[in-house]
Amino acid sequence: MTRINQNSYERLIDENEIRIDGRKLDELRPINIEVGILTNAYGSALLHHGKNKILAAVFGPRELHPRHLALPDRALVRCEYRMTTFSVEERKSPAPSRREIELSKVIRESLEPAIFTHLYPRTSVDVFIEVLQADGGTRCDGITAASTALADAGVPLRDLVVACAVGKVEGHILLDLDDIEDKKGEADMPIAILPRNKEVTLLQMDGQLSREEFQRALDLAIKGCEQIHEMQKEALRKKYSEIQEEVLEELNEFSEKEENQD
Amino acid sequence: MSLYFERRQVVVPGDLLAEGNYRNGNGTFKELGKIFASVIGLAVVKGNVIHVVPLEGVYIPKAGDEVIGKIVDVSLTTWQVDIKSPYFGVLHASNAVDLPFNPLRTNIRRYFDLGDTIFAEVISFDRTRDPVLTTKGKGLGKLRGGKLVEVFPTKIPRLIGRKGSMISMIKRETGCKVVVGQNGMIWISGRTSEDEELVVSAIRKIEREAHTSGLTDRIRELIKESGRKNDEN
Repeated sequence: MTRINQNSYERLIDENEIRIDGRKLDELRPINIEVGILTNAYGSALLHHGKNKILAAVFGPRELHPRHLALPDRALVRCEYRMTTFSVEERKSPAPSRREIELSKVIRESLEPAIFTHLYPRTSVDVFIEVLQADGGTRCDGITAASTALADAGVPLRDLVVACAVGKVEGHILLDLDDIEDKKGEADMPIAILPRNKEVTLLQMDGQLSREEFQRALDLAIKGCEQIHEMQKEALRKKYSEIQEEVLEELNEFSEKEENQD
Repeated sequence: MSLYFERRQVVVPGDLLAEGNYRNGNGTFKELGKIFASVIGLAVVKGNVIHVVPLEGVYIPKAGDEVIGKIVDVSLTTWQVDIKSPYFGVLHASNAVDLPFNPLRTNIRRYFDLGDTIFAEVISFDRTRDPVLTTKGKGLGKLRGGKLVEVFPTKIPRLIGRKGSMISMIKRETGCKVVVGQNGMIWISGRTSEDEELVVSAIRKIEREAHTSGLTDRIRELIKESGRKNDEN
């Protein structure tokens, strides 16, 4: 039922500037990041963002195969963005599509400036991004998840990389487009930044924006990225705060035992 | 001169640590006079140097480190050693065999063969070439029998403890021989497999709780408790 309704509405934004999923124009979808959920990977992160579910795994720095690709002065960063066959409504062919190969490249290029690759010459840092469920903005979420996983792997970074999409729908500049807004809207602009210096490492645009709209969209995207950045840092710290609490509980048990013995 | 973190606070890449007349140590970098963290870890200040003790990461060889490795390839005069690092260790026969020998007559597999576990020291490593190992030295050489355990190399300092307090306590309390490689490989050999298992569980506990204080006492308690259980059985 909901599906039919979603495709048969007439307007994406109502007169009160509320979007079809109930968000305000400058509101993100709910985000939750889990860190270190894969044991085989050096670092990993699972990102829930609205209906998006994205898993990122990092291996490296590790020995590079095939050897002839090795760079004498720095590590080689490789990235693979893939969508599972069940991530979209109509089954996606498991063969790597043109789109996936292109996204792998742009994601790699958005992550690489953050990594201190020169510390590990002749090695590789391999990033795998698996889209489990897609609802618009998966390249941005892939970047966010991957940089969190890189930090979890202990790869030295200049900064975490955060990405967020902005766009224009029915004349309004919107933050964090979902699938329908992306498809029916006038413009869509994914942006990745290094939040500390606001350096832009990815900027793409579909559709058209005026100069003034572009500036507004860029400012909005940076605001969105900053919000996500806070959640990223929180998720990374949480991994260790939970362990500390576990230890505190154990200590309590110990002291209780001692009291009983007395 | 100002610090932006509390003692032993967990920091993540990009966090501002200090400003002014500080030097940047491991796990940090300097940009426009400010020091930032580059890895996830615990921020520490020693004198005027800022460090981040990493909580994650791979082993990068350093001259003087003692490592445990597995022989993965043998050529006429060298061994290739997997030392759980992005770089393979290279062990030349001249750094392992005391007598001068002729590679045409002697097969170096007589000394170390594929799959052997060795305890070696890193002589040199300079980024442009693979780390060179030696097994000439006290306690170095082939490790026979026993058990191998792998932990994150970032936890090794904790396992050794201040001036070796933790590791010597484990050896004393369990009566096992324990060899710790800086690369995160640990070799354990005891009289019984129960003793060895006990060391493994102690190591796992240290690995989990590496960033907390009072660890040595808790590990001692763990060992004594299971020792009592074994005596009762």
